[in-house]
Amino acid sequence: MFDDGTPIYRQIADQIKAEILNGSLEPGGKVMSTNQYASFFQINPATAQKAFRELVDEGVLYKQRGVGMFVAEDARDRLAGEFRARFFDDVLKPLVHEARQAGISLSDIIDYLKTQEGALK
Amino acid sequence: MSFSVSLRDVTLKYGDTEALSDVTLTLEAGKIHGLLGRNGAGKTTLLSLLAAFRKPTAGEVLVDGRPVWENVDVVSRVALIREGGDFDDTDTVESTIETGELRPSFDLDYALKLAERFEVPLDKKVNQLSRGKRSMLAAICGLAARAELTMFDEVHLGMDAPTRDAFYKELLAEYMDRPHTVILSTHLIDEVANYLEEVVIVDKGRVLRHDDVEAFQSMGATFTGPADAVDALAAGLEVLAEQRLGGTKSVTVASRLDAARRERAAAAGVEIGPVGLQDLFIHLTNPDRTGA
Repeated sequence: MFDDGTPIYRQIADQIKAEILNGSLEPGGKVMSTNQYASFFQINPATAQKAFRELVDEGVLYKQRGVGMFVAEDARDRLAGEFRARFFDDVLKPLVHEARQAGISLSDIIDYLKTQEGALK
Repeated sequence: MSFSVSLRDVTLKYGDTEALSDVTLTLEAGKIHGLLGRNGAGKTTLLSLLAAFRKPTAGEVLVDGRPVWENVDVVSRVALIREGGDFDDTDTVESTIETGELRPSFDLDYALKLAERFEVPLDKKVNQLSRGKRSMLAAICGLAARAELTMFDEVHLGMDAPTRDAFYKELLAEYMDRPHTVILSTHLIDEVANYLEEVVIVDKGRVLRHDDVEAFQSMGATFTGPADAVDALAAGLEVLAEQRLGGTKSVTVASRLDAARRERAAAAGVEIGPVGLQDLFIHLTNPDRTGA
């Protein structure tokens, strides 16, 4: 279920963020409880709680006492903005690096991306 | 209400042999703690003290802030489950389970339900059970004790992998249903690592390390990449293991990595991987190793 590299709480937090970004978790929507996460992933509930705490600190989730955890209204916009800021460094840079190792020219990449423009709509 | 645990300057001698030497340790209430150690490290001795099966030669053993020795009120809500189960072998499973009712919080219905689910036949005698079923019976008695401090000492040893998995699942479910303090003593470290919140490593009668599980997981790293780059990166760090495959080298270090070193690794094309709790444990308890 988890890769070994990243702490599990970070992986859970990332997964929740991904679900918010792809729309399976709606802004204002309720998130499963710590215990539900713990029993689904078979992990210590404190680990799941740590993921939630981090997301609350980042303003992605908010807590309603006695009711549960909810997705912040602006969470998707904010996460999308953060992703845009990281996109070139985190996604494109390593890709360009690998392409160069394989002898793929930048113009080939640009040409390919242009053919994909329709798919982005 | 769940019980905290505290040992202060505790020593326990068997004759001339010190099984525990001057141990000071506090475990917070309501958490799942892992107790790791090699054979003979002192795990069972430590748990026996907490269950008041033994009296320390020196020092203080407190459970829920109170001395545990000859304290019925505390001991009746502490459960120590050992691998064999400490059963009377000629008893039936059913009467063995019923013995649990000596405890005020024992849940007989739950115990019988678990026995059915894990297929431990009630009418059989304990000595007719396979090793796996006997271990499961012990685990059932531990879970159904509904104690404020529950300790499982290598109880999973006789169980096969699917049974262990089912036991861990039930343990987690019971823990979430009713928060209490759990201590799991085990060799199968990677198998239980995700269930733990804190980890205590004992070695040669002393506490070697005590930290939360994430701290252990970030204690080491593995570098893999071009041999020269890996060597340069590992210079000055404590190296646990090295492997080489052609021009590629892999080095495991027992050091927390700072951001600068991570950046250097990325720039040099060296991949950083984690070190499992089990590998770290093997390293920390290696007799050739000096210091902690």
